[in-house]
Amino acid sequence: MANVELTNVRKVYGSSVEAVKGINIAIEDGALCVLVGPSGCGKSTLLRMIAGLESITDGTVKIDNKVVNELGPAERDIAMVFQNYALYPHMKVYDNMAYGLRNRGMPKDQIDKRVKDAAQILELTQLLERRPKELSGGQRQRVAMGRAIVRSPKVFLFDEPLSNLDAKLRGQMRVEIKNLQRQLGVTSVYVTHDQLEAMTLADILVVMNAGSVEQIGAPLDIYEKPASTFVASFIGAPPMNLVPVKADHSGLVLKDGTRIGAEGLSIPLTGALIGFRPEDLEVSAGTDTHIGGLALDLKVLGVEPVGAESYVYGIIGGERVVVRVPGRSTSNTDDQLRVIIPKQKLHLFGADGKRI
Amino acid sequence: MASSTRVTFPNKFLPYLLLAPQLAITAIFFYWPASQAIYQSVLREDPFGLSTQFVGLDNFRRVLGDPNYLNSLQVTVIFSVATALIAMALALLLAVMADKVIRGKGIYRTLLIWPYAVAPAIAGMLWLFLFNPSMGTLAHLVRSAGYNWDPLLNGDQAMVLIVSAAAWKQISYNFLFFVAGLQSIPKSLIEAAAIDGAGETKRFWTIVFPLLAPTTFFLLVVNTVYAFFDTFGIIHAVTGGGPGKATETLVYKVYNDGFVNLILGDSAAQSVILMIIVIGLTAIQFRYVERKVHYG
Repeated sequence: MANVELTNVRKVYGSSVEAVKGINIAIEDGALCVLVGPSGCGKSTLLRMIAGLESITDGTVKIDNKVVNELGPAERDIAMVFQNYALYPHMKVYDNMAYGLRNRGMPKDQIDKRVKDAAQILELTQLLERRPKELSGGQRQRVAMGRAIVRSPKVFLFDEPLSNLDAKLRGQMRVEIKNLQRQLGVTSVYVTHDQLEAMTLADILVVMNAGSVEQIGAPLDIYEKPASTFVASFIGAPPMNLVPVKADHSGLVLKDGTRIGAEGLSIPLTGALIGFRPEDLEVSAGTDTHIGGLALDLKVLGVEPVGAESYVYGIIGGERVVVRVPGRSTSNTDDQLRVIIPKQKLHLFGADGKRI
Repeated sequence: MASSTRVTFPNKFLPYLLLAPQLAITAIFFYWPASQAIYQSVLREDPFGLSTQFVGLDNFRRVLGDPNYLNSLQVTVIFSVATALIAMALALLLAVMADKVIRGKGIYRTLLIWPYAVAPAIAGMLWLFLFNPSMGTLAHLVRSAGYNWDPLLNGDQAMVLIVSAAAWKQISYNFLFFVAGLQSIPKSLIEAAAIDGAGETKRFWTIVFPLLAPTTFFLLVVNTVYAFFDTFGIIHAVTGGGPGKATETLVYKVYNDGFVNLILGDSAAQSVILMIIVIGLTAIQFRYVERKVHYG
């Protein structure tokens, strides 16, 4: 059990390519921290730096209050689950799990006990004598997890462990990983590009973009209060709608010239983006019943019923938006709707993309 | 139909036509000479080819009873095992080292592959000139270091010389395959092993080497065949089987008895025995060694 602390961690490839630009994250003992971001944002590099597979250009990585910058991966007392599982193909499941323990010179009977315990937890007992290629994707994933937990390391590192599984299995394994992590209470760092995984797994969510941290916080806090347009559009599916707006002497103007009521919004002169989640719109029945909200006109472009809800795609002030409606939608293409965004559900971002 | 997934050619003759070149080559360059060898091995023929006589297995009896032949067998075993082992071990070492190079990886690889393009006889001449006791530059170095280097008189030294030359030429080929084999091992496996607390040496022997096994096995078969047959040019150029019969391998003796001494029956019998030995060796390799190979 240990905490993990990253201070001003930087990674520079060659002389100029800055993959990770000074990152500070503190992860408490037992917490599951998810690094999420688009591909190439530096999240995997950061994870590999914690693992010791990648050198640290600048800054410090601390595990259990001890700087580990100069330690090799084996000495950091971490275990990692790789995207492709990285199971040793020539070894049986048992040996895959025992390998790390044998290398550390653990007595045989103890190894046996640990491997069997881990197999029990992960329901691998029947598979111990098989080789990786005789296993399904989900089973391989379990073995990879097993290899990590037998060592009872201070920290688990997950590098997109579920991205090679099909959607159904992914959902199942997500729950299992979460439960297992809770049960074992091992501090974990989990890298993913899937915002759903990020939201559901994280105790602390770190949203990364282009080598920097965009926002750190509890998943729901980030969802409810995204710090930038990047976070707003990355977290949540469908993403938050962003409608550009400008202020002039007589009120607010949208991109296509539509004037809207100011409703007490203070828009900077450089312009701003109004953000609202697809589920936060209310479709107004009448024409002018907007009490305590921003009323906008939406032209319907199309409707996608997905069962439990429907997505209404449309245009507000020249900008494409999506509205999430429970159940079936009564709207049809080319309908004009009046939608209301309650004031407390309104997000405002400056021209630089930062939250106002 | 059970074989519905099989490709069927609309034209009945097309598949035979497509196979014909390969079949022709195999027939002309393998089956025909092989059957000729078997045929001649039971005949006794005078050097001028004027009279032949059927002698049954007499040729085989005489060859197997000949101490020179048994010597040649021993020479071949030493030569083949040494050549295959050295060629494979050095190639593996070079491949592992070249895999670690970061700058100029391609240049190293290209340079290491070049010796393979050298014809055996030329390679032999090269080594001969370098190590000829009277004019070789490297021989001069060895001698000035105080070592009595004379492969023309010393059979062991002659053996060292042809093994070196034969291995040197084969290293490139083996290197190429080992490099490819190493590249096909996912990097994450090595990283996982590093996290699992295995040092570099341990990683090599417990992860890399077992995963290279298919490559190693393939090369073992190829190198054995190479050492048995393809090294004729090198031996012919460097030692001519000498001094005495210290470097006369089975293949060289087949040539020497058949084409120099014109004892065609004996020579044919020897090549039949050689064929049986190589078939047997390959069968053993597949039967016993391959079982230990894990194909990923």
